[in-house]
Amino acid sequence: MEYILIFIAAVFVNNIVLAQFLGICPFLGVSKKVSTALGMTGAVTFVMVLATLVTFIVQKTILDPFNIGFMQTITFILIIAALVQMVEIILKKVSPALYQALGVFLPLITTNCAVLGVAIMVIQKEFNLLESIVFAASIAIGFGLALTIFAGIREQLNLVNVPKGMQGSPIALVTAGLLAMAFMGFSGIV
Amino acid sequence: MGKKLESNFKNMVLVLFSVTLISSAAVAYVNSLTIASINKAKETKQANAIRQVIPGAFNNDPVADTWKVETPDGGTLEFFPAKQDGETVGTAVKTYTKNGFGGEVWLMVGFNPDGSISNYSVLEHKETPGLGSKMDQWFTKDGKGSIIGKKPGTTGLKVKKDGGDVDAITAATISSRAFLDAVNRASAALAGNADVYSGATPKATPDTTQAVCGKKATCDSLCNQNCKH
Amino acid sequence: MSNLSNLTRGLFKENPTFVLLLGMCPTLGVTTSAINGMGMGLATAFVLVMSNLVISLVANSIPDKIRIPSFIVIIAAFVTIVDMSMAAYLPSLHESLGLFIPLIVVNCIVLGRAEAFASKNGAFASMLDGLGMGLGFTMSLTILGCVRELLGSGKIFNLPVFNENYGMLVFVLAPGAFLALGYLIAFINRIRKTN
Repeated sequence: MEYILIFIAAVFVNNIVLAQFLGICPFLGVSKKVSTALGMTGAVTFVMVLATLVTFIVQKTILDPFNIGFMQTITFILIIAALVQMVEIILKKVSPALYQALGVFLPLITTNCAVLGVAIMVIQKEFNLLESIVFAASIAIGFGLALTIFAGIREQLNLVNVPKGMQGSPIALVTAGLLAMAFMGFSGIV
Repeated sequence: MGKKLESNFKNMVLVLFSVTLISSAAVAYVNSLTIASINKAKETKQANAIRQVIPGAFNNDPVADTWKVETPDGGTLEFFPAKQDGETVGTAVKTYTKNGFGGEVWLMVGFNPDGSISNYSVLEHKETPGLGSKMDQWFTKDGKGSIIGKKPGTTGLKVKKDGGDVDAITAATISSRAFLDAVNRASAALAGNADVYSGATPKATPDTTQAVCGKKATCDSLCNQNCKH
Repeated sequence: MSNLSNLTRGLFKENPTFVLLLGMCPTLGVTTSAINGMGMGLATAFVLVMSNLVISLVANSIPDKIRIPSFIVIIAAFVTIVDMSMAAYLPSLHESLGLFIPLIVVNCIVLGRAEAFASKNGAFASMLDGLGMGLGFTMSLTILGCVRELLGSGKIFNLPVFNENYGMLVFVLAPGAFLALGYLIAFINRIRKTN
């Protein structure tokens, strides 16, 4: 039950993009087509869960016992950067097809603040390992949901006659605002 | 501009190692400079909150005399007794609820020795700005739903909608209920601890602290530190 | 390139927020009030100046293949320093900015400037570039914070402008962030076009 609550809260109520403003750069950057949005979602989910797992273990086994919590930011970002590189190399060797699909998104993920954000959040929220994994996966799904819906809307927007000054990023931001408003309807259900 | 260092294995390991080492050293140095101020800022915040909710003068250190009580749902309440020359003049309780609109709400609630509320202070909340967030003013003496002077006892306060006598924040009944839930929790726990009113020294319970720390409890920094050492 | 243009480039022509659309997460996340926006902007500006300075000095001693990880470590060190200093001396601001301070590490502006400018230019030029970009970022965040605070709660820098019953809450909440920024960018585009 608790896991279901974490899931619903992370996907809908506190949607990482639309309510917490993390991962906005890829949200605006790679949301022009539904297919790229799905690819990005896959890559983010993979890295986010893996990164949360590793950073959680490092926090509990190295940072906490030695009382060097102040090294958290440096350690976590290094782990994430290294993980992304590793995933890229392994994927290239093991599954070239998957690499074709996700490869271009991987370098972008290091600077996706949602990944570092989630790694820090699970420590702050004092989740246990399983809760952290569920949380990370749910956040990633929430990210994917917002990204895919947004990409769908933007594909339609291409066919619409937008006032000149609003073309490009302004209309995208206003659309995101309306989407965020829709997601606000979920608040309070958990 | 000089020539770039070559990307061979030895160089890469050496450079990355020294960059990390120097950065860590710099961070550790700043940490040692600021750690005292950070802890002091936290303590000051807590001490200010206690002072705010206890109306009368007191001359002990409530933080030093603190004790904790574990709640059934796995959280902890912290009690800070304020004493004037050994006599209890009020107790500040750090309490919480998980029922807020945006999650947890943390309060410091002050109680007079007769169990009535002397004042409160909102420590932390994630309620909707402009609606639930009004709780920091709404329930004060000059607020529209004042709870000052009310005695929750063990039965508790309720908003008017639930048959109680407290005016809920307009358009934020859930936040108001959550707020009262935290207050009632504190009051009930305090009433259950009769020692406070008799003026006897409250039970110092280091064992409880340890037990609480072991669990996934929402400990404060103090508690965490106890665990580490 | 002259020093002046290094400094002013970030303020107007390549303003990181309104023109390049970089660092959107803190831009949208912390601008619920003008003071929060300004605090975040200044914290980022400090990191930008310091990391640009250090990176321009050491760039030549860093082999190409480990350039990015080394830069990230340097940036992360400065971010942690800012984080701790703010927790110590500005606890209430630190609390309201919260998670977004450690996340300066992954702010695309910082790594972007390190990579695009500081690694190729001298120390002084890099510092000016960092300062310009940082102040440009601060300016944008403060403007956005002002707009949202004014529309959302009728105040600017906590000083009441409209009467106290006023409030279009939506501008303080999540959707308002997107809407306000969207219209601001449209407005700025228009000014830039007419010039």
